[in-house]
Amino acid sequence: MNMLTRRVLIAAAALVFASPAFAQDKSIVVASTTSTQDSGLFGHILPMFKAKTGIDVKVVAQGTGQALDTGRRGDADVVFVHARPAEEKFVSEGFGVKRYPVMYNDFVLIGPKSDPAGIKGSKDIVAALSAIKAKGSDFISRGDKSGTHQAELNLWKVAGVDIAKDKGPWYKEIGQGMGAALNTASASNAYVLADRGTWLSFKNRGDLVIAVEGDKRLFNQYGVMLVSPEKHASVKKDLGQQFIDWLVSSEGQKAIADYKINGEQLFYPNASDSGA
Amino acid sequence: MASDVSALQLVLSGDPALFAIVRLSLYVSLAAVVLAALIGIPLGAWIALTNFRGRQGVIVLLNALMGLPPVVVGLAVYLALSRSGPLGSFGLLFTPGAMIVAQTVLVAPIIAALTRQTIEDLWIEYRDELTAMNLGPFGRVAALIWDARFSLVTALLAGFGRAAAEVGAIIIVGGNIEGFTRTMTTAIALETSKGDLPLAVGLGLVLIGIVIAVNALAWTARRAGERLAG
Repeated sequence: MNMLTRRVLIAAAALVFASPAFAQDKSIVVASTTSTQDSGLFGHILPMFKAKTGIDVKVVAQGTGQALDTGRRGDADVVFVHARPAEEKFVSEGFGVKRYPVMYNDFVLIGPKSDPAGIKGSKDIVAALSAIKAKGSDFISRGDKSGTHQAELNLWKVAGVDIAKDKGPWYKEIGQGMGAALNTASASNAYVLADRGTWLSFKNRGDLVIAVEGDKRLFNQYGVMLVSPEKHASVKKDLGQQFIDWLVSSEGQKAIADYKINGEQLFYPNASDSGA
Repeated sequence: MASDVSALQLVLSGDPALFAIVRLSLYVSLAAVVLAALIGIPLGAWIALTNFRGRQGVIVLLNALMGLPPVVVGLAVYLALSRSGPLGSFGLLFTPGAMIVAQTVLVAPIIAALTRQTIEDLWIEYRDELTAMNLGPFGRVAALIWDARFSLVTALLAGFGRAAAEVGAIIIVGGNIEGFTRTMTTAIALETSKGDLPLAVGLGLVLIGIVIAVNALAWTARRAGERLAG
């Protein structure tokens, strides 16, 4: 092996093994939802948490179903999602230590300005969904077991529609995140159920506007859980609990309330509401 | 990154977040190419020069593996590196190390298959001379790899192109964590999902520019090397 080859190999080895990216510091992995990341909430609150505690929070943004699964496998320290029945199941199965309510926002039904189902301005989400189905207007479903998808399925059920049986060509399951669903709706002028935070920060709206909002059934509660250190010894129990404690503290709750886009508040803290 | 400015402005203004993303992309893809070359070049050369039962089948399989779907590799590496998987104790999931592993799996067959073809062609050409030189099997492999070194640059570049362009594997095993495992391609996927299409396109143009720059560098190095070698 000549000098040059040897130098190249040494440089390559240095490149692979000596990157600063491998430096391990105080950090936790939080499996959360696309809605908290795409809306910019984490970008707003995480620097405050880091400044106070020195803990880096690494957010893996997934759908609620996938985020819970990531926690179940022990690949995250904390899970921060929005589908209460699924969260309670996660805790009762022993994968999560305890569920803390953190905040809520609401879902909005987004649709094209032309409003083919004639529902714009309504405050009744159930009547609106029934009208969409009756008229066969295009509807985009997340189809990815996310919290938003589960909320959508639940609303169809309340509307008396068995969507698995009654769906026609007008109902399109794309199996992707909130942003992708909004992009698809924007491109095809379809209706779509979205969380308000992602909608407010979404840029590629095209002809889309809010069709239905303000119905109490569109309420969207977020909860946070430490992954059980008993199931997975690798869980960073203390650092993870510190993050949860901060989120539900008055300081964390204020940080959440202070996050605004164009003057509009996106998330409403309610950690003190034990029934949430 | 502020999203109301174009990616070009970000580049011109030296946005540190963008540079960190570019640096991580290059680091992951280049490290994967280096590791894949350490596996793929000797393996390809060995298959080229060795007769064994089922060799034709191995060659077909190796060529087919060049088309491994990144998302499948990502899922397999995810399951292997997960805390609940066989390699979970390394704690690699959601780190740049996991992304390097996934891309190495994607790139190694490309380098091995192209090396096998290059070396085999050379072997047919120089078989008599090499046999006359009375080299052992390792000596032959080394001599042919050395003779093929300039052609093998193309194999490395093909591997780098694959690594730099793919998003399916690294977004699964890296998690697209801001400031830690976010690369050019996963940032493009994220900005697209946020509906910020101009920023996504801008990042895409930056990525293409970087791939062209790396190829130009490799080409220049190859030409200079050829001239030195006469």
